[in-house]
Amino acid sequence: MIVELGHAALWLAAAFALLQALAPWLRAPADDAERWTGLAVPAALAQALLVSLAFGSLVWAFATSDFSVKLVAENSHTMKPMLYKLSGVWGNHEGSMLLWILVMAVAGAAVSLADSPLGDRFRALVLSMQGIIALGFYAFLLAASNPFARLAIAPTQGNGLNPLLQDPGLAFHPPMLYAGYVGLSVAFAFAVAALLERRVGPAWAAAVRPWVLAAWAALGCGITLGSWWAYYELGWGGYWFWDPVENASLMPWLAATALLHSVAVLAKRDALRNWTILLAVVGFSLSMIGTFVVRSGLLTSVHAFAVDPARGAFLLVLLALYIGGALLLYALRASTVAVGEGFAPVSREGALVANNLLLAAGLGVVFVGSGYPLLVDVLGVGPISVGPPYFNATFGPLMIPLVLLMAVGPFLTWGAARTDKLARKLAVPGLLAVALALYAFAVWDVRAAFSLIGFALSAWLGVATLAILWGRMPWRTPRATWGMALAHLGVAFTLFGITASGALTRELLVNLRLGESAEVAGYTMKLVDVAPVAGANWTALEATLDVSRGGQPLTVLHPQARLYTSPMMDTTEAAIHTRINGDLYAVLGKPDGSGRWQLHVWWKPFVIWIWAGGLIMALGGALSMTARASARRSAAQPVGALVAA
Amino acid sequence: MNTNTIKPGMKPKHQRLVLLGLALAAMAGALALGISALGTSATYFYAPSDVFAHAPAPGEAIRLGGLVQKGSVQRLPDGLTLAFRVTDNARDVPVRYTGIVPDLFREGQGVITEGHFDAQGTFIATSVLAKHDEKYMPPEVAGSLHKVQGKVTS
Repeated sequence: MIVELGHAALWLAAAFALLQALAPWLRAPADDAERWTGLAVPAALAQALLVSLAFGSLVWAFATSDFSVKLVAENSHTMKPMLYKLSGVWGNHEGSMLLWILVMAVAGAAVSLADSPLGDRFRALVLSMQGIIALGFYAFLLAASNPFARLAIAPTQGNGLNPLLQDPGLAFHPPMLYAGYVGLSVAFAFAVAALLERRVGPAWAAAVRPWVLAAWAALGCGITLGSWWAYYELGWGGYWFWDPVENASLMPWLAATALLHSVAVLAKRDALRNWTILLAVVGFSLSMIGTFVVRSGLLTSVHAFAVDPARGAFLLVLLALYIGGALLLYALRASTVAVGEGFAPVSREGALVANNLLLAAGLGVVFVGSGYPLLVDVLGVGPISVGPPYFNATFGPLMIPLVLLMAVGPFLTWGAARTDKLARKLAVPGLLAVALALYAFAVWDVRAAFSLIGFALSAWLGVATLAILWGRMPWRTPRATWGMALAHLGVAFTLFGITASGALTRELLVNLRLGESAEVAGYTMKLVDVAPVAGANWTALEATLDVSRGGQPLTVLHPQARLYTSPMMDTTEAAIHTRINGDLYAVLGKPDGSGRWQLHVWWKPFVIWIWAGGLIMALGGALSMTARASARRSAAQPVGALVAA
Repeated sequence: MNTNTIKPGMKPKHQRLVLLGLALAAMAGALALGISALGTSATYFYAPSDVFAHAPAPGEAIRLGGLVQKGSVQRLPDGLTLAFRVTDNARDVPVRYTGIVPDLFREGQGVITEGHFDAQGTFIATSVLAKHDEKYMPPEVAGSLHKVQGKVTS
């Protein structure tokens, strides 16, 4: 019954989405237009409420293991811990699309409740765009993938959830990612509304800025969680594989990163009008492509829940309509957007333009690398795969000038910047960058040029970013400046983590009998025991590894080889000992039949910095978001002048 | 503070053209960079039959996919290296891999290996990917099996 109510609520929500889409366009002859426009906000709120009810009813079905619901029977199990019963709601195709709609409706409600500096009419247009986008997804859910479908005969037990997905990191990865994708839909709706209303300008940029920041922070958080999950769950210590599915989330993030910087230029200098609009359109388009690519089964991976060409075709048509429509509108209206202000090349905005160009180029090479295998496959030349060597050779070099500039940009003022003091301000970061590279060369024995550059750049960016804050009163520093500094610091952290773990990882692959020891990077591992253990829905063989360094006992690692019972599946549970300067990562392999156990142990220096940096970036975005866009005067103040003072 | 920042002789409209040019140059550069890198780093997928039809050069990085041949998996005396054969039900290729194989590596199951052939014609795998779950068959493997089966039956 509750499930049927949820289904009904979803239909009603779709009706409200339709009303929301039509509200600003309806004009009854004897009536004034205002009253119809005024319907957008209540419709958005009603839609959010109804989708929440629908989603809640599905959560209820999962929590109570109602196997008469097809989706629950296929994806849940009574023995599963409650957290994974709940995360199982979106650990499948239909549920994840419902989550998408939910996040979209919540974003609509947020737009309805937040201030509307551009006026009610503009807000109604934004909500209308959101309604139009949502309608496509409602049609998809209700017609092609109903999450509430019942089974004629309820099984007594469910199929369970893929054990790889039974993980706290992954429980929150999709909601965060969707919040980011859908947040970009707000920027998209703002862009389309601005084109319709011809209101592209600083006021528009200031109004859209918090939404872009929120989406960017959520997306960054989602990507970080996904990468962290891959690292500890997949059992080979990799955290980024340039998998097409990962790229599908990276591309919107790159677009959003470019967008939030170009929005700043538009807000402060009234330049880059068309470009900013285009980025907003492209950002959400890439989000939809990402969803399409992952959900359609075009890419087969742990993310592809079901391979169903009909669904893929539906999403493809939806995508073509939305993206095509928005680009058409852009093509028609872009030339009518008045030319904004010009600017001096050496200035804050000049640096931000360079940032945008480099990010766009980075986005381009990721797009080419991800799309090429699909293209080749369609052309029938034969399957190929484009892997890390391609991305390292293309994306990496583009990031070098970007990071170089990231350190310099904040020291430049808006408008023609004075450069006479620049060298003095950047002397310390420059010296420390060279020092870290030399240290890596001499002490860590790093020889690869790319790694040395990575070390130098992370120090360069980190120190220069700290220099922005140096000597300022923390409570008198604008929150936007704090946010920017944190985000840039996060990039320095991540870059350092990637460089150090890449250049300095040590690995050990051995066969040990009980009581034997092996050593990696100065850590001694002694295999003490291998014994069976059991959990709620799995059994495992668990090794006990005593770890010591220089004779001092340090920790005990318990890597497991697990066997899940529902569904039957082996998984490797790596044992990880995290320290600020690196992780010990141990994996237990199979016995070789003569009493020896395979062990694969890695020492991964500073690897935790990668995700710490990701979270710091997101935190910076969130902090910036809370800064009032009207704080124009304080933010416009030259940062460098304060540092020099 | 100086608010008029436009360079003398540089009108916004001209500047827009310059920016457009820069953007196009950046995109073209990215595209060129991407395509040239694709030429050197795209990895080609081979099924065992493809290996016999047009053998990749020893040392060339490729992906080899198929099924792990039943009864072919052997552990070498070092206890860490596996020797097995990958088959597409028509031809098969010997493979060696040192390391811990994925959880789902089993005889008769689909597998994709990355690596290169040595001079003796043994495929030296640097990584082994097995199917993720019961529903999952790497699309390349599914495709190549289908092809070969079609050939056998017709």
